[in-house]
Amino acid sequence: MEILSPEAIVKSFKTVLGDSLVQSRIYEREVAVKKNLFRAIWIYVKREAFRRAVEHICELQEYPHLAIISSADLGDRVELIYHFTLYYGYHLQELSLGLRISLAKNDLKIPTITDIIPGALFTERETQEMMGVEVVGIPDNRRLFLPEDFPQGVYPWRTDETGPQDMLRVLPGRQKKYGSG
Amino acid sequence: MAVDETKTRYTIPVGPIHPALKEPIRLDLSIDGEEIVDVDVVVGQVHRGIEWLGMNRNNPIQNIYLAERVCGICNICHPFAYVMAVEQAAGITPPERAEYIRVIIAEMERIHSHLLWAGVAAHEIGFDSVFYLVWRVREEIMDLIEYVTGNRVTKAMFQIGGVRRDITEEQFGRIRQSLDYYKSIFDQLRTVFLDDRTIRMRTRNVGILKTEDALKLLAVGPTGRASGVPKDVRQDQPYGGYADLDIKAITPDMLTGTVVGDVYDRIVVRLLEVKQAIEIIERCLDEMPSGPLLVEQKAAKLLNMLTKAEGEGIGRAEAPRGEVVHYVRLEAGRETLSNWKIRAPTYVNLMAIPAILKGGQIADVPIAFASIDPCMSCTNRAIVVDSKTRNKSLLSDRELHELSVEKTKRLEAQFDS
Repeated sequence: MEILSPEAIVKSFKTVLGDSLVQSRIYEREVAVKKNLFRAIWIYVKREAFRRAVEHICELQEYPHLAIISSADLGDRVELIYHFTLYYGYHLQELSLGLRISLAKNDLKIPTITDIIPGALFTERETQEMMGVEVVGIPDNRRLFLPEDFPQGVYPWRTDETGPQDMLRVLPGRQKKYGSG
Repeated sequence: MAVDETKTRYTIPVGPIHPALKEPIRLDLSIDGEEIVDVDVVVGQVHRGIEWLGMNRNNPIQNIYLAERVCGICNICHPFAYVMAVEQAAGITPPERAEYIRVIIAEMERIHSHLLWAGVAAHEIGFDSVFYLVWRVREEIMDLIEYVTGNRVTKAMFQIGGVRRDITEEQFGRIRQSLDYYKSIFDQLRTVFLDDRTIRMRTRNVGILKTEDALKLLAVGPTGRASGVPKDVRQDQPYGGYADLDIKAITPDMLTGTVVGDVYDRIVVRLLEVKQAIEIIERCLDEMPSGPLLVEQKAAKLLNMLTKAEGEGIGRAEAPRGEVVHYVRLEAGRETLSNWKIRAPTYVNLMAIPAILKGGQIADVPIAFASIDPCMSCTNRAIVVDSKTRNKSLLSDRELHELSVEKTKRLEAQFDS
């Protein structure tokens, strides 16, 4: 396996994904006394190219580490970031790679990647129940953290009307801080 | 079904009461006789919504203390990863001396956490004299932590852009004294854990996680390394003072020459990591750079700076149990974080639990489950359901523990005869 520089990785994504690569950013910071570089890459792809991008990450390192999927409610869109790490096992060579996908609120669907990375199951289940993003083809459709009696159609990480605002407890003597009413 | 007529299959839900875990857990074990044929992991019984609080209630500085309370044992690595993420997002570079102090307290945490685990692991197999020994030995590092940080548990050492307290030259002597104590007893601990026949019988070839499974299921920390995955954030990614120290991920073949991926290997990895932690602290004391501790002394000014900042960052730190990841996004003009996501190591290690337990025996569940170090606690209670009659009987933690102790005694008796 060849260890590529962040610039070369971004270039390889451009070659593989073409126009589907919307944006990319490289972050570098010097650390401690010897000034070794902490490096992170942020890559923003269109949803159509998402699976191809994950496959490409697997080409860069056979078993890339998927740390977590983070998601953010940005009003009319939901943004998912798949946080990968590449080149673990090599001294000071590891890179953080954030794969960013933006989904329209009226079409919250993302294909599963559990067939490529089986360990992605927990975080996909969590994203599904907490953000209301449907993971198409997920092998285990159950909830992960939310209890079975939690109401359907309420997603704790949303900030719109499907969020948990109406479930928040208001302490006596306080005003309701969030949500409607 | 035909199978049920000839064989009685049981489903044993283990848990969910699990006081030391962030997320108390239930393991639904399908049992065929003594053998575990399938495992389902059910989590989320005490999801506290810490990330939500960080995005809606607390400001970024208050979040440091919230991050510290994600886990009682990992109360250094969570704020460590969190402040790194915020520093990235806001473009702050912490001073060199602070980076070294962060490493020293993180390694102290590793020593106490691994010793805590070693004690509980001994207790799980009914070897309580070792449990008492290890926990007595652990008090030394707890005293040292209290001496350095002022507290045994939540240490409040971290601040965005540095650390809040210094470790001064006068304190070095006391720190070295504790490290020397551990070096003097290390061989004894090693003999107890690696050469003792009871421990070997109960841990060798128990709860095996193959290298390929560890890679596919994203196992991290000692769980992954014991299966031969050389993944250690301290080695892989430059962060804190670790970037200067040439750290090497510890895999069991360094000591035994082979990788089995069983409970015994996880003991080997943790034991060697205690030694490694001692060496790291010593090097940090030797090479500690001078200089300031904080980029910005005044919290109000820092908060103002963070409110104006715009950006995102990812912080990774190697906790005693594996990689902790914090993702943070700051939005200009917003007092709270606009996004915060925490990934604790047990989150991914739990996915390896079915692979570890399958094919094992009920009596091995306590030690095999504890071997991933899911914040120490073990099986609290289990309900045995007869699938034909739906009769429930309660198997308490004590009974399950006794099953485990009986197995140790049985194996010893076999060995003696």
